[in-house]
Amino acid sequence: MAQSKKTKSPSAARAPVHDERWLHFYRQMLKIRLFEEEVNQLYLGAKMPGLAHLYIGEEAVAVGVCEALRRDDYITSTHRGHGHCIAKGAAADKMFAELLGKEAGYCRGKGGSMHIADQDTGNLGANAIVGGSAGIATGAAMSAKMRGSDQVAICFFGDGALGQGLLYEAMNMASLWKLPVIYVCENNQYNEYTHYRETTAGEVTARAHAFGIRTEAIDGQDVKIVHAAAVNAVESARRGAGPSFLLCSTYRFHGHHVGDIDRAYYRAKAEEEEWKTRRDPIMLLAAWLQKNKMADDKALQAIEHALSTEIKSAVEFALNAKYPEANEVNQHVYA
Amino acid sequence: MAKPQTGAREISFGQAINEALAEEMRRDPTVFIIGEDVAEAGTPFKVLSGLVKEFGPARVIDSPISEAGIAGIGVGAAMTGMRPVVDIMFGDFLTLTMDQLVNQAAKIHYMSGGKLKVPLVLRTTLGAARRSAAQHSQSLHAWVSHIPGLKVAVPATPYDAKGLLKSSIRDDNPVVFFEDKMMYQLKGPVPQEEYTIPFGVADVKRAGNDITLVATSSMVQVALAAAEALLESGISAEVVDVRTTVPLDKQTLIESAKKTSRAIVIDEGYEGYGVTAEIASVIADGAFYYLDAPVRRIGAMDVPVPFSPVLEDQTVPTPEKVAEVARRLCGK
Repeated sequence: MAQSKKTKSPSAARAPVHDERWLHFYRQMLKIRLFEEEVNQLYLGAKMPGLAHLYIGEEAVAVGVCEALRRDDYITSTHRGHGHCIAKGAAADKMFAELLGKEAGYCRGKGGSMHIADQDTGNLGANAIVGGSAGIATGAAMSAKMRGSDQVAICFFGDGALGQGLLYEAMNMASLWKLPVIYVCENNQYNEYTHYRETTAGEVTARAHAFGIRTEAIDGQDVKIVHAAAVNAVESARRGAGPSFLLCSTYRFHGHHVGDIDRAYYRAKAEEEEWKTRRDPIMLLAAWLQKNKMADDKALQAIEHALSTEIKSAVEFALNAKYPEANEVNQHVYA
Repeated sequence: MAKPQTGAREISFGQAINEALAEEMRRDPTVFIIGEDVAEAGTPFKVLSGLVKEFGPARVIDSPISEAGIAGIGVGAAMTGMRPVVDIMFGDFLTLTMDQLVNQAAKIHYMSGGKLKVPLVLRTTLGAARRSAAQHSQSLHAWVSHIPGLKVAVPATPYDAKGLLKSSIRDDNPVVFFEDKMMYQLKGPVPQEEYTIPFGVADVKRAGNDITLVATSSMVQVALAAAEALLESGISAEVVDVRTTVPLDKQTLIESAKKTSRAIVIDEGYEGYGVTAEIASVIADGAFYYLDAPVRRIGAMDVPVPFSPVLEDQTVPTPEKVAEVARRLCGK
């Protein structure tokens, strides 16, 4: 268990402080889920322009990893990045505002869903080029090392990025120079509309192994497992032992983007149902919390109720927020 | 800013680059160099010789042959408190860095609503006539000049190279800095004292009255040679060095063309869709009622740069060609 270092016995693992920690994980994961469900509604209601790539089903990865980080640690994220943002500490109201192109958004409406960046929480930005942030995360880790800080950098990417050369150039240098970077591959099984087995030769972990990088393949639906692996990787990076590669097996419950409705040609309904009913990371954590008497139905419902209220008010804020002034269009081209 | 005094010491273009880097690295501990064979080797052009001795391998970093990777690492380091100078050995290899430059470095400040900055310098080369054939001879500065968010320097003298490189390193934006490899040995006056040259300020390298020759990088040297030759034909040519293609000092170009009524734009990038086209349109727009002739463009021939010297030499602008076009424009 992640907290095992501070935990002397199994009974201590159920100490109140500990319970609160897992409930916090639950809250964070559910917050992502509710946020994304609201995004879906905004999109279907034609209130949100552009594209929306939902993170639903993958929540345990973002939360498990980000809960192992400090606020000043860095992350880089992907086009499917809302979950990483929330997990690293972003506020839902400013995120919704960004998604709607409003001035109150994290990027003054200039980035949108695929480009949220939040310096205050160490979020160096989501990236709409698949694998495009591999260099940035590695460079942030190099910078941390050169500045003598003990910050680490997380590079989130999907199985699609395994096809990009930049990732391997970056991993090679990270390993050579023992940079404090952790490559977190969210294998949600599909490169857009194509199963990763059709695009990815050999074993994925072997690729990281080949660079001499500490590598783990884990169940990305179990937040406890993800967190434990992340804690180890972060600890290793902080003490100067270099990069890690975490291959997290997970699943994208929705389509590639909100409009990707007819998916039968690339994945079976039965497969989706299997993951949704048996491998839902939030249901799995809820069941574990209940089984270990850390929370009952009522407590979990109370969490959900509070989050729903928070999300609703965040959406209201964004819907009522104003758009940027027209003269903003050519501001911030240069610093 | 003061121009170099006559009688000031002379150093080469390559030494000017070396000095600029050394001075900025002494001044600011966040400045570092990363690239292929930049440390002990000091690059194939020996421009960085000695820097690793002074600053050590932690600040002059030999990288694998991974242009995209080092460009990306540069972007990430720049976003988080460092001022990287990424060395891309040949301008032709810019193609390998394009996503990191165009989709990342150039857009991060804008996409983040002004919150994140990328103070990155990417130094690279341009220029043909080195018998290096089609993949080591191109001048691709138009590519990056096309992208909002990037700044682009194309210095033509040791003095400008040093002052502009120091400004590039201090700039909070990504800068692509082009050095013509044929100019590394070119000597010129460079004062001992500290100075910088701002971006977006063109320089009249030679005053004249009959025709304006606007040029970039080593083509400024070509234009100066042409101007000298034109004296014999009784033509007084003004040579304007743009120094930075982004930002472009439109005013100086337009004022010069208004004064002389004729202009030729000379650049070593491919002529089609190139830097010459952009600058010619700026002059045509801004000085239209003062012009006695259409603005002419002379760029590199629109062919892959050939290896054979007899073929390669046809592809680049020469003083003879510039002078010939100038005589025709002036009716002489």
